[in-house]
Amino acid sequence: MVKIEVHKFSAWFGANRVLRDMEMEIFKHEILSIIGPSNSGKTTFLRTLNRLNDLNPYFRMDGMVELERQDVRSIDVEALRRRVGMVFALPLPLPLSIFENVAYGVRMHGEKDKKKIASKVEESLKQGYLWEEVKDRLDESAFKLSGGQQQRLCIARTLAVEPEVILFDEPCSGLDPISTAKVEDAMVQLKEKYTIVLVTNNVKQAARVGDRTAFFLGGELIELDKTDKIFTAPHDKRTDGYIRGKFG
Amino acid sequence: MRNPHRTQNIAFFFLFLATLLIVVPVGMIVVIIIQKGLPAINWQFLTDIPRQGMRAGGIFPAIVGTLYLVTGAIVFALPIGLLAAIYLSEYSKDNILNRLIKLAIVNLAGVPSVVYGLFGLALFVIFFKFGASILAGSLTLGIMILPIIITSSREALESVPQSFREVSLSLGASKWQTIRHIVLPNAIPGILTGTILGLGRAAGETAPILFTVAAFYLPQLPKSVFDQAMALPYHLYVISTQVPNVDEKIRYGTALVLLTLVLFMNLVAIIIRYKFRKKKKW
Repeated sequence: MVKIEVHKFSAWFGANRVLRDMEMEIFKHEILSIIGPSNSGKTTFLRTLNRLNDLNPYFRMDGMVELERQDVRSIDVEALRRRVGMVFALPLPLPLSIFENVAYGVRMHGEKDKKKIASKVEESLKQGYLWEEVKDRLDESAFKLSGGQQQRLCIARTLAVEPEVILFDEPCSGLDPISTAKVEDAMVQLKEKYTIVLVTNNVKQAARVGDRTAFFLGGELIELDKTDKIFTAPHDKRTDGYIRGKFG
Repeated sequence: MRNPHRTQNIAFFFLFLATLLIVVPVGMIVVIIIQKGLPAINWQFLTDIPRQGMRAGGIFPAIVGTLYLVTGAIVFALPIGLLAAIYLSEYSKDNILNRLIKLAIVNLAGVPSVVYGLFGLALFVIFFKFGASILAGSLTLGIMILPIIITSSREALESVPQSFREVSLSLGASKWQTIRHIVLPNAIPGILTGTILGLGRAAGETAPILFTVAAFYLPQLPKSVFDQAMALPYHLYVISTQVPNVDEKIRYGTALVLLTLVLFMNLVAIIIRYKFRKKKKW
């Protein structure tokens, strides 16, 4: 079933066109990996889905981006961001305690019941595979955690808002291999309940976790197919070149 | 052959000399004021009204007047300045009008204080008919320190990393929630710094209160905000230049009290700021 549909979608920053005539469907409960060299528009695409690009006054878009057949621009932006969560490239804990980081979104959406907040925090930390490591130090600053733990905290924080879609923007770019494996495990588990879009510079990561993989180049979608197809018999020569490491 | 190590030592020497040139005068001012003023300080000096044409007695009404004026100025200027800073840093678009506003505010900080005094006289004393009063004086001082508070608050708000804002918004928080719960708490130390600077300036200026509030001699304490009041800087000016034969130690004593008051206010703000900084978690 289609969760997100993109049709004739282009985007600009000022006069600079960064995405061109995108056509894409993202299905429920899949992990869609987006690969491509720097400046190919991957992150801009991702940030269109939760309208974070709107923060840039020079951003402009054309065409159609729909979440469950509703134009993202017609959905109230705060409601949209609740439904489409995001995990950023670097671990970005808020300057709060571990507990308050996860509770933040829940509180901001008006939940006042302390027991409900506490149980939501516990549940989310468990889903983010962090609970066992932090359950005795929830009141400590989130900055005392290691980088990998911080990133799983950010995942838990996103989960606490109960989104439908989670956008991962190169979530392992600052992590060591063991932490990366943990984050990848979490993503694979999460697709049972969520739709996941993963932007990654790590081609092998796309091969490991993605159900389908899209290849972006110079602001265009070159190819989108099942991950094993992309990695064994890509349609386009440029895709083949990129995954073999010939450019990018 | 040039010896880089020697060049470096010479450079260090001059840098140190420059620092010394700043520190020594400040230190001397403090030392001289304490040396000459301390003998005047006693309980009566701090709690009595001026007597014998201000040649004896104390400076209690001036201390109280200055405290009222500074409090009034901060009560007026901090909320308005903070709200203006929030608008300028978080909401205003980057266009020519807003750039002009920001430039104007920065430049207002450099306007001579006597100009604020005249402005306060025209607007508050005469136009709004507040008369020469604590209200008019506080508002004038408040307007004088607004640019300082706005500029430093804006810088404090803008120094909060953009990524915190993005994270908060990405979790579905509204813009105001983001400002209220993420941006403001992390900007408080910087905002306090601006408030400290404003406080010190409001307490020490003579010109803005000259036409708007300051009484030459007023033995009783003000009863309402529409009363005139004595104030330490103006009192110091009066006993230094307008009244003959005032004992030197009374003048320096008054200066010492003013200096201590400002330092004490700064100290309180620094402690508050330190407490917030310790809570800062990144």
